[in-house]
Amino acid sequence: MSHPAMNWAAIDSDPRFQELHARKTRFLWSMMAFSIIYYFLLPVGAAYFTDLFKIKLWGPINVGLVFALSEFVVAWSIAWFYARKANAEFDAMSEEINRLAFSIGGSK
Amino acid sequence: MKRLLTTLSGLGLLALSELALAADVSAVADKFKWLTFVVFGAIIGITMYVTYLAAKRVKSATEFYAAGRSVSGIQNGWAIAGDYLSAASFLGIAGLISLYGYDGFMYSVGWLVAYITVLLVIAEPCRNIGKYTLGDILAFRNNPKAAKTVAAVSTITVSIFYLTAQMVGGGVLVKTLIGIDYEISVIVVGVLMLAYVLFGGMVATTWVQIIKAVLLVTASILLVAFTWAPYGFSLPGFLQGAVDSVNIQGQVTKLIGDAARNMTAQELGQRFLEPGLFLKNPIDQISLGMALVLGTAGMPHILMRFFTVPTAKDARVSVIWAMAIIGGFYVLTLFLGLGSAINVGQAQITAIDKGGNMAGPLLAQFLGGGADSMLGNLFLAFVAAVAFATIVAVVAGLVLASASAMSHDIWVGVVKGEHATQEEEVRAARISSLIVGAVAIVIGIAAKGQNVAHLVALAFAVAASGNLPTVLLTLYWKRCNTGGVVACMIVGAVAAIGLVLVSPNMAYPLQVKAAQEKIVKGADDKLVKLNADLAVAADDSVRAKLAKDIAAQEKARAGAQAAIAKLGDERTSLVGLEKPLFDLKNPGLISIPLGFLAVIVGSLLYRDRRAEDMWDELYVRQNTGIHAETAVAH
Repeated sequence: MSHPAMNWAAIDSDPRFQELHARKTRFLWSMMAFSIIYYFLLPVGAAYFTDLFKIKLWGPINVGLVFALSEFVVAWSIAWFYARKANAEFDAMSEEINRLAFSIGGSK
Repeated sequence: MKRLLTTLSGLGLLALSELALAADVSAVADKFKWLTFVVFGAIIGITMYVTYLAAKRVKSATEFYAAGRSVSGIQNGWAIAGDYLSAASFLGIAGLISLYGYDGFMYSVGWLVAYITVLLVIAEPCRNIGKYTLGDILAFRNNPKAAKTVAAVSTITVSIFYLTAQMVGGGVLVKTLIGIDYEISVIVVGVLMLAYVLFGGMVATTWVQIIKAVLLVTASILLVAFTWAPYGFSLPGFLQGAVDSVNIQGQVTKLIGDAARNMTAQELGQRFLEPGLFLKNPIDQISLGMALVLGTAGMPHILMRFFTVPTAKDARVSVIWAMAIIGGFYVLTLFLGLGSAINVGQAQITAIDKGGNMAGPLLAQFLGGGADSMLGNLFLAFVAAVAFATIVAVVAGLVLASASAMSHDIWVGVVKGEHATQEEEVRAARISSLIVGAVAIVIGIAAKGQNVAHLVALAFAVAASGNLPTVLLTLYWKRCNTGGVVACMIVGAVAAIGLVLVSPNMAYPLQVKAAQEKIVKGADDKLVKLNADLAVAADDSVRAKLAKDIAAQEKARAGAQAAIAKLGDERTSLVGLEKPLFDLKNPGLISIPLGFLAVIVGSLLYRDRRAEDMWDELYVRQNTGIHAETAVAH
């Protein structure tokens, strides 16, 4: 499939695209960093803070079990949070750039 | 074509039922075998019908590789979950939890967290700029021939490792469940999988995954409901049941040895819900965690799934559904594993399979009324059939990914210089599938009896060290170019594989011998004591018990002696080492940073005008979806 030539540099330097790029970069990489750190707290905690993990909270349920279950909740929350943000914000911004693509970078 | 499919599935079933007669020990009693075949037959029949429908549709390359890009987000989510919930996680994690409690559950977490990487930085950009394969993503701005060649080699390497583990696991599983020969099991898995891929391409593979994932999740929910109901669906109540379980207390005693002496029964039970019974080396675990979290996003058969949906937004929806299904499933396995430990007991679970893989199926049998009941065996047959479908479907996905790399990247992209008609490309894809499928069957049979469990971790490590850094930096780093991509693929794969070759995963004859000699010596000591006891024992029942113990010890000693004899004069491992060079089983901790370093250094040393010129286009298109490949209209 062949597409008409576009001036990609023009779109790239358009303020609307720059705004999308800045917002996405900030959001995505901070979420990535948070999720990776939170995940590695689990094996580190289990290995080096074993006594803390053994503290019973509710019947036989201890800190370790709650923490492991919280990993699931956190992963789902990040997914939900990202979906909300992307649906409300990123999609609208990229659709606008998509719509204006030819007027911004149509002729090369 | 319909006739051919019917014949194929008929042949598969015939082979299964014929050989079942020659069965040795298996989970299903002989008189209930027919039930297993009925359930297996039903599931194979459904998937074959789907393949028949799909075959009518698959005429173009886009249909064969990417199901016409017309799979919905939800459907693709189920298919990704199907791809991911392989027998290793379905049977393996439930087994780990049944044998080691908390550590098994903790192990499952990394498999879910991996999808955050996929969701946030991989799925949508790849859908926006890609076409069918990993090679297409990398070829966007890098030298197409070089990028496609390394991507194809890496795809095939990763898939073969993963595939071998699945084929061997599948062969052992079918043998254990219903007692047919290992070789026949492997061939049946291979033939069925080839039928799906050859005739139905990605369309059939996707639907087989969806059917299997729905069956798997339904079966698990039912089993958990039955397991949990006696505790009034209370979480503390159920876990207290685990703490009170004599089976679990006994298992903990066995695992911690002398330390158990001063503990009460309740303390022993509680210990099962605390870390440290299985995962002893935290560095190794972090290393595995890195391979999972970064490797999943570099798995070619997972990446391929994002080209089956119409838009990047659907790719996002599919990852979110996959995360809900996969995460929910792992929470269910906590109940399956503990439920199996409480109700079936570790002794019975390990009697059939040492790794605990039978924990789930045996729990199903128990919940239906036990080994002698019709319903129990129907449940077992159902879970067994789902496990079987799981292996066939996962293997199909892997074969499709490697076949696409061979036909689309190598043959069309490199050899033919992108000049091939639709018919030629689809034919090449089918021939490639046949080749990969045949290779998979041969490897599966050749690897009989080998310990291939670490190959899954190795596949993830290679994907995390080679594929992920190249994809990530191609998408997000302006300076990245062909030099970096090629360097990373080579360095990442060589480092991951090389480190495993010198790691404790390999068999070291001297160490094996030492361990076996210890068993012989232990048995000798015990035999002296047992024989002395026997000489003075008066009571008949005591004598009978001692005689039984003596027989068991003699058997253990004979087994160990045979193992030593078999090793003969061998002193070194496959690569000529007497002992591992270092203590890390998972190479990720070292190979992943090396991979990233290789892309950076390679890119900085190499000059590539095209990669620089294409950056603006790539970055705009991956973010906005302008000119993204569109769905095929039906």
